[in-house]
Amino acid sequence: MRPTRAKRSSIRLAARASIVFSAAAIGSAGASIGALAQETPAAAPPAATEAAPAKQADAKPALNINILYVRQTRELPLPLSLLDIPAADNGIGGANLAVADNNTTGKFLNQTFKLDVIESGEFADIVKQTEEKIAAGFGYIVADMDHDTLLKFADALAGKPAVIANIGSPDDNLREENCRANVLHVAPTRTMLADALGQYLSWKQWRNWFLVYGSRPEDKALADAYRRAAKRFGSKIVEEREFKYDSGSRRSDGGFEQIQQQIPQFTQNAKEHDVVVVADEAQLFGDYMPYRTWSARPVAGTAGLTSTSWHPALELWGGTQFQNRFRRLNNRQMTPLDYDAWLAVRVIGEAASRKQSADFQVLNKFIHSPDFEVAAFKGVKTTFRGWNGQLRQPLIVTTDKLLVSVSPQPGFLHQFTELDTLGIDKPETKCKAYVQ
Amino acid sequence: MAFLKSVISVSASLVAGGALLAFAQPAAAYTAYVTNEKDNSLTMIDTNTLEVIKTVKIGQRPRGIVMSKDGKWVIVCTSDDNIIQVYDAKTLEFVKVLPSGPDPELQILSPDGKTLYVANEDDNLVTVVDVENGKVISDVPVGVEPEGMGISPDGKVLVNTSETTNMAHFIDTTTFKTFDNILVDSRPRVAIFNSQGTQLWVSSEIGGTVTVFNAADRKQIGKINFEIQGVAKEAIQPVGVRITKDGTKAFVALGPANRVAIIDVATLKVEKYVLVGQRVWQLYLTPDDKLLFTTNGASNDVTVIDVANQKAIKSIKTGRYPWGVVISEN
Repeated sequence: MRPTRAKRSSIRLAARASIVFSAAAIGSAGASIGALAQETPAAAPPAATEAAPAKQADAKPALNINILYVRQTRELPLPLSLLDIPAADNGIGGANLAVADNNTTGKFLNQTFKLDVIESGEFADIVKQTEEKIAAGFGYIVADMDHDTLLKFADALAGKPAVIANIGSPDDNLREENCRANVLHVAPTRTMLADALGQYLSWKQWRNWFLVYGSRPEDKALADAYRRAAKRFGSKIVEEREFKYDSGSRRSDGGFEQIQQQIPQFTQNAKEHDVVVVADEAQLFGDYMPYRTWSARPVAGTAGLTSTSWHPALELWGGTQFQNRFRRLNNRQMTPLDYDAWLAVRVIGEAASRKQSADFQVLNKFIHSPDFEVAAFKGVKTTFRGWNGQLRQPLIVTTDKLLVSVSPQPGFLHQFTELDTLGIDKPETKCKAYVQ
Repeated sequence: MAFLKSVISVSASLVAGGALLAFAQPAAAYTAYVTNEKDNSLTMIDTNTLEVIKTVKIGQRPRGIVMSKDGKWVIVCTSDDNIIQVYDAKTLEFVKVLPSGPDPELQILSPDGKTLYVANEDDNLVTVVDVENGKVISDVPVGVEPEGMGISPDGKVLVNTSETTNMAHFIDTTTFKTFDNILVDSRPRVAIFNSQGTQLWVSSEIGGTVTVFNAADRKQIGKINFEIQGVAKEAIQPVGVRITKDGTKAFVALGPANRVAIIDVATLKVEKYVLVGQRVWQLYLTPDDKLLFTTNGASNDVTVIDVANQKAIKSIKTGRYPWGVVISEN
């Protein structure tokens, strides 16, 4: 006799009861965890002949690791869909989860992690506040900024005992011509994102692309990355069009009537293609493409099938528990920016637990060494590229709702690691600040 | 592509090997139980005929599985039900539920069979359950995402691994408190003592290693690295570990490398890599240590390895995404 419907529901009830119980247990136990890790059990250890818990763990000195999160507040156009409007703490939610994760581990090592947040739109103010924090012992800085600001920020902090983890800009330029020795890059680059998608389209044999890109400089840079990906993985851009219309405010009463006419017209008479690849980073028009193109073709790029570092429905590699922890802490879904921030903060946590140190120089040196690796719910270890400080990681290829695939795709081989088939590789790098 | 072909040809030879097997094996009839994570089902296999006896539907997302000491029950973590389910080992009829925390993943019984220790992946706790009366005795706070569970043969030391904290937590089973926490390589999945109680083995999935500790002083004895020609380093992801009762051979499931490593315990050297199904995670030995069963999640089957000859002799179709495996003592 297996559980009937009635039984199942009683099982669920029991489950709920046990959750409540556990939560209570956490509450009561939480206060004493720190002591737990350090002290011998109150009762004498059992006199075992084998594997005896004979002596207490070596007492470890208390270490405090201070992390600074700097967000440049900026005026961004609103995305088309109400679903895409970011939460006020987008990114910070992920950093907070990583601090909680680091602290859970820290309880067993006598390490405490703290996150301070600076939010400002004024560059001078950002630098001033950051310098004060650095003077107060904050050496690890998670930065959510645009390209120009990040570059100025890195130069302003040059020579100071601080390292910046970039989570805000996918610009390849920051890893290449304008790379800086005091910047690590956790956010994937445009070329990595384009290659992840390009490999999948190639695997799918959708090799003829109709490229549509916006007028913003970011869109043009992304279009370049798609062109590069097409070339690398045996696809062809058969037609290119720049989407120049001003799409207007994201919302008006009515609007669809005109879009319904506009998009078919815009995509009319393109050369025969398998897929429309759209480059619209700010999400100002790309989502108008699916189901409206002249020919019945799938849409990929920044709308339709997209590539990303994270997706709120990802459940692979233990992702379910990770998503649950995030939701419990922040009461919302985890975005790619949250994930990048989580990973950036986990990097310093991992370094501190491995090195059992809070010393900036020790940790910074270790993070930059080939020995450094961190698990990040990607199925394989994530590591930093030694030639430009870019984190290498598998990327998700996904619809709005569900994972489609994970790149690198099978068959795209590499001499050292297949993860380096995504993005600019060592032989092509223009970065000089990282000496190899 | 070349790799794909080699897998196919090996599978074909496995089928041929299976036909010979019926004659080669002694008639020790144990029963293997396999949880199918995606199908919400349990598959029962006769280890003598190597045929599926039956597959039944159970709770949602079944993963870790153990048998009660008297062999009457199979005890399954049904993770998405946030509960442990108990089934009759002979009939697979539902018996009762046992409590756990949210998302129970792996569990282990005390050697006397009275206490069940459950790793709750979702709340950084190990739950201690009285098997008979179904009551929670204690909760032990551990690191982020508890998973692997090993218990010393005398039952006095429980070891839990936490996947994101990357530690082996040593828990005193008389006080239910951690008395040592040792960092290991990334994403530790399984902890297991040898039968002699002298060694503890911990696998690190993302680190790609297995660390062996001296159980008495918890000092590292050695670390096993794996290298397989033609397999990317990142794909070598150790998960399941089993050690023969005489303590001479160990087996490590290598996940997406689709291999089981056979290790000489005395030297900690890999003797052989046996090709099995895809994404091999958990392992279990028959009580006579003659056969090893592997769960191959991505290829929906179990591979049976002949321990003496170090060869895969059969793959047995299961439900989708087989996860855990346990074999009866008689």
